[in-house]
Amino acid sequence: MKTAITSTGNTLDSPMDRRFGRCSYFVIFDELTGSVEFIPNENAESVEGAGVASARLVASKGVEKIISGEFGNKVKSIFDSLGMHLIMIKEEKSVGEIIGLIKNKK
Amino acid sequence: MFKIAVASGKGGTGKTFVSTNLYQTFIEYGINAVLTDCDAEEPNAASFFKTELIESKQVTQKVPQIDSSKCLFCGKCQDWCAYNAILIIKERGLSRVMEELCHGCGACSVACENGAITEKEMLLGEVINFSDNSGCKIVEGRLKVGVYTPVPVLKRAINSTYADLAIFDSPPGTSCPFIHTVNASDYVILVTEPTPFGLNDLKLSVEILQKMGRPFSVIINRAGLGNRVVHDYLKRENIELIMEIPFDKEIASAYSKGKLAVSGRPLLAAKFSSLARKLTDKIGGIAL
Repeated sequence: MKTAITSTGNTLDSPMDRRFGRCSYFVIFDELTGSVEFIPNENAESVEGAGVASARLVASKGVEKIISGEFGNKVKSIFDSLGMHLIMIKEEKSVGEIIGLIKNKK
Repeated sequence: MFKIAVASGKGGTGKTFVSTNLYQTFIEYGINAVLTDCDAEEPNAASFFKTELIESKQVTQKVPQIDSSKCLFCGKCQDWCAYNAILIIKERGLSRVMEELCHGCGACSVACENGAITEKEMLLGEVINFSDNSGCKIVEGRLKVGVYTPVPVLKRAINSTYADLAIFDSPPGTSCPFIHTVNASDYVILVTEPTPFGLNDLKLSVEILQKMGRPFSVIINRAGLGNRVVHDYLKRENIELIMEIPFDKEIASAYSKGKLAVSGRPLLAAKFSSLARKLTDKIGGIAL
């Protein structure tokens, strides 16, 4: 199963980005293979609809779970109809820490 | 028709206060004027007058709808949309129109080669025309709650009626609603207050008006409060200070009850008369 995590940078030490649509990077973590891919978010500077464009990007990667700080209403309804799970993390955590939690099935 | 916009970067500086009292001053001079409330997100200018409803017109916009039985998920409509208002995910069989992001440009309908896109009307708000006691008109743009941008509604309000002189009560801020209102005007009055906040937002508005090449001057409202930063800035930049309205609790109290401050306040009425004269000197063609 693949999970997308919003990230402020392109390393495992980078703190998770609390924003979904305008995050700096998407990190795609594949639980099966253990691979980690960093994708720069080119929608971060969109004038309008950054969330919708980012939802399109993430969905095209075959992701089933998305972890971020917050999701807007438009994005929520899109992911809802795609049957994708949204997980909100309120405390500050690095991407590496979050991947560790997924590995330990927490 | 000569069009004056009363605007400000900062909200709550007194745009509606100035617009309503200036309008009243002009109609007392017998000028055929219209007051247009362009603050479609929370219009309130009409509440200062005894009005009669003339008509209310709905403002709509075309939005696409996708027939999923005809859609091949080619994604061309999505590529053509500049506003991320269409989402096509072929792998998941999803085609979705995000109506709140749509600007109604129609590009997606042209892009679709499979006849899957048709357009429907979406309600954005209404433009309401009132007539006041003097027979002059007050126009109000009123946005439907939840609609993303007030621009189409305020544009329609601006163009909905004719008079010799129009006063536009502009929306606050310096974004699209402000730009569209001042762009439709011949002259702009910026209302500010003598505080660092007032100055910061005044500077933003001034920069935009200078770029747009619109003539303007400034009113300092609640003069006497705060400090001299705005006065110093106007002097330094050589910007005309067309009026100062002193801070007065009585005015604030009357305003909060929906009363026109120029009624029964000769000193203030004289200030507004002087403002009206200065403006007509700039306009030409309108004599008081």
